[in-house]
Amino acid sequence: MATTPTSSPLHDVRDGDPMLARPFQIRRTRKDTYDTVSLQLKPPDGDDGFPFEPGQFNMLYAYGVGEVPISISGNPAKNDSLVHTIRAVGAATRALTSLKVGDSVGVRGPFGKGWPVEAVAGNDVVVITGGIGLAPLRPAIYQLLAHREEYGKVVLLYGARTPEDILFRRNLEKWRSRFDIETALTVDRAARSWKGNVGVVTQLIPRAVFDPLHCVAFVCGPEIMMRFTVMELIKRGVAENNIFVSMERNMKCGIGLCGHCQLGSSFVCKDGPVYCYEDVRDSFRKREM
Amino acid sequence: MENLERILSEHPFLEGMDVDQVQLLVGCASNVFFQANEFLFREGEPADTFYFIRHGKVSIETHVPQREPIVIQSQDEGEILGWSWLVPPYRWHFDARAVELTRAIALDGKCLRDKCEQDHDLGYEVMKRFALIIAERLGATRLQLMDIYGHNTDK
Repeated sequence: MATTPTSSPLHDVRDGDPMLARPFQIRRTRKDTYDTVSLQLKPPDGDDGFPFEPGQFNMLYAYGVGEVPISISGNPAKNDSLVHTIRAVGAATRALTSLKVGDSVGVRGPFGKGWPVEAVAGNDVVVITGGIGLAPLRPAIYQLLAHREEYGKVVLLYGARTPEDILFRRNLEKWRSRFDIETALTVDRAARSWKGNVGVVTQLIPRAVFDPLHCVAFVCGPEIMMRFTVMELIKRGVAENNIFVSMERNMKCGIGLCGHCQLGSSFVCKDGPVYCYEDVRDSFRKREM
Repeated sequence: MENLERILSEHPFLEGMDVDQVQLLVGCASNVFFQANEFLFREGEPADTFYFIRHGKVSIETHVPQREPIVIQSQDEGEILGWSWLVPPYRWHFDARAVELTRAIALDGKCLRDKCEQDHDLGYEVMKRFALIIAERLGATRLQLMDIYGHNTDK
């Protein structure tokens, strides 16, 4: 079963200039972990939000500091309020995570191609993610669960560094209590009070129940985590063309013009960030990329 | 014993092993269970057992003076716990604690070591299977050391 990531407009078609940021207001903030914050954004007065595909990203501009690509982490069925989950790692992300309700942020997007959620109906779907990689996959999980009857088994395997790094605890608790999604968590390090798994996320793959011959995997996380995850999926019998990965490069313009995020003959901002593994396999193996 | 034989012969770890060899293993096997927080073994003790975990979860831990013990890895249902019985000086390197009620089949490693010495074909089969487990655990430990969910992302 080969399919391609979701095709979407390169940018919000109602917004004339894709390079022009629109000012959105912070409607709500939520501290997800000690260094990660989710921002719920409100469109400018009288303006509609915009639809997006799970896996797409926006360029968020912290005024006077810088612009960064941030995946949309909210529910695609609710396009009136955009949610982005941001980990403070640099100047721009630190500025964004410091914003308060009512502050303004510049938004360009949505950009890129997302997870082919609709196209993989009929299959088991295994979502494997590590660290903040759960954020770009949350919209896909929302969509899978909204159309649950169209899929076989749905499995979520999530790895984090420590219990304190686990994102979206409320979502995870809710998903774990459902009978129609298998959710497994693991952390790299923990104290004895942690009752869950300890070990890397790849260790959860042999334990998960799914049919490798009729299974599509969505994988998102740091590239090293994805590399080892893909190896384990292939070992389990999942075909390379049924594995989708979200690539991370230095995205700047969002429309494939500036060339900063070039990956072989494609641009991650325009042709990705979600790719079929088969199409980017060589980049995974290439050193110094 | 018949039940143990069936369980062991169906376990993926012993897949492809000769029926006679499985029977030799059954001769060293017994059913055990551990309540939550009970230790299966502790660091430094003689390592003369390994376990097929049938139900529950076991955490591999190490103690640090004046700090809470650190959990290094957890082993789940269907997995094999313990390989220190196979390599000198046959002492456990870490503690193993049942996180919840855990049922397992315990195999007497000392008995099996003797059988492997007497029957090198059996020894090779056992060693081959444990080499795979040791390699997997080493790979997993390396990944843990790499800190693969690191903070280098803006996603």
